[in-house]
Amino acid sequence: MISENNHILITGGNRGIGKAICLAFARYKTHIHIWDINDNGFKELKNEIEALGSSAYFSKLNVASYSEVEKGTETLLEQAGSIDTVINNAGITRDNLLMGMKEDEWDSVISVNLKGTFNVSKHIIKSMIRKRNGTIINIASVIGLMGNKGQANYAASKAGIIGFTKSLAKEVGSRNVRVNAIAPGFIETEMTRKLPEEVIKNYAKLIPLNRMGQPSEIADLCLFLASDMAKYITGQVINVDGGMLM
Amino acid sequence: MSEVFDFVKNLLVENMQVEEGKINMDANIIEDLGADSLDIMDIVNDIEKQYDITIPQEQYENLKTVGDVVNFVESKMK
Repeated sequence: MISENNHILITGGNRGIGKAICLAFARYKTHIHIWDINDNGFKELKNEIEALGSSAYFSKLNVASYSEVEKGTETLLEQAGSIDTVINNAGITRDNLLMGMKEDEWDSVISVNLKGTFNVSKHIIKSMIRKRNGTIINIASVIGLMGNKGQANYAASKAGIIGFTKSLAKEVGSRNVRVNAIAPGFIETEMTRKLPEEVIKNYAKLIPLNRMGQPSEIADLCLFLASDMAKYITGQVINVDGGMLM
Repeated sequence: MSEVFDFVKNLLVENMQVEEGKINMDANIIEDLGADSLDIMDIVNDIEKQYDITIPQEQYENLKTVGDVVNFVESKMK
């Protein structure tokens, strides 16, 4: 499905959905490059990736920083030559009702989720255009499509990612570079485990498949979108949400 | 030909896969060599980096031929 020796960049790759994506690509003897603001969990993840026959590299890097991403990209391209697939997955939440939302809660979510996606894509895209090949997969959210109480910042960042995805897909399609977004629904991760039980129960009622999703189910779609099986798919937002949003 | 011309020619060959024989000072980058806005952006980026100059976007429309680009870059270098 994924060619051997492909180089995959995954932001926020050490935990949650990002970790599941790393492990999914690791099954194909690839080179996994992880950018994350903290290195917690990387050592164990590296062992797991290597046990699957792939290699893992880590850079401690804040995707919200334009200059850090610029430098990180230079180093990465020197090391890897080129990147076949980028998965913009790094994301945070700072939930609050808008009335109580602090400026910093707005800014930090927009900076990591939306500007981070811009920073990474902007710096990597040139090498993909040159190579006339590459895929970018942006991890959005169904919240970006449907909104959610207490998540105006997160919803805005994810809706922004969707607009960004479609625009970039139009800009670079002629160079055989594909850009798509995945909108996960309610996935079992540390991020959703923080939510009150009542909120989780209410969400579960909205899901026709009657359960929360697993990170690996997002990773499976990443594999498909990165593969040649999806070579005529670009500019799309694909929900992986058990039917929660139709 | 100048060093700048050689650099620009190389960019056109490597970035856009233009046939070397088609590139001369009078060649129109869009009409004769088939560049689009993405190619122009790509080439300008590389020129700016190589010569440590800035080419403002409003200047792009004056840079129609390879010669226009070469002359512009050389004037900035003086």
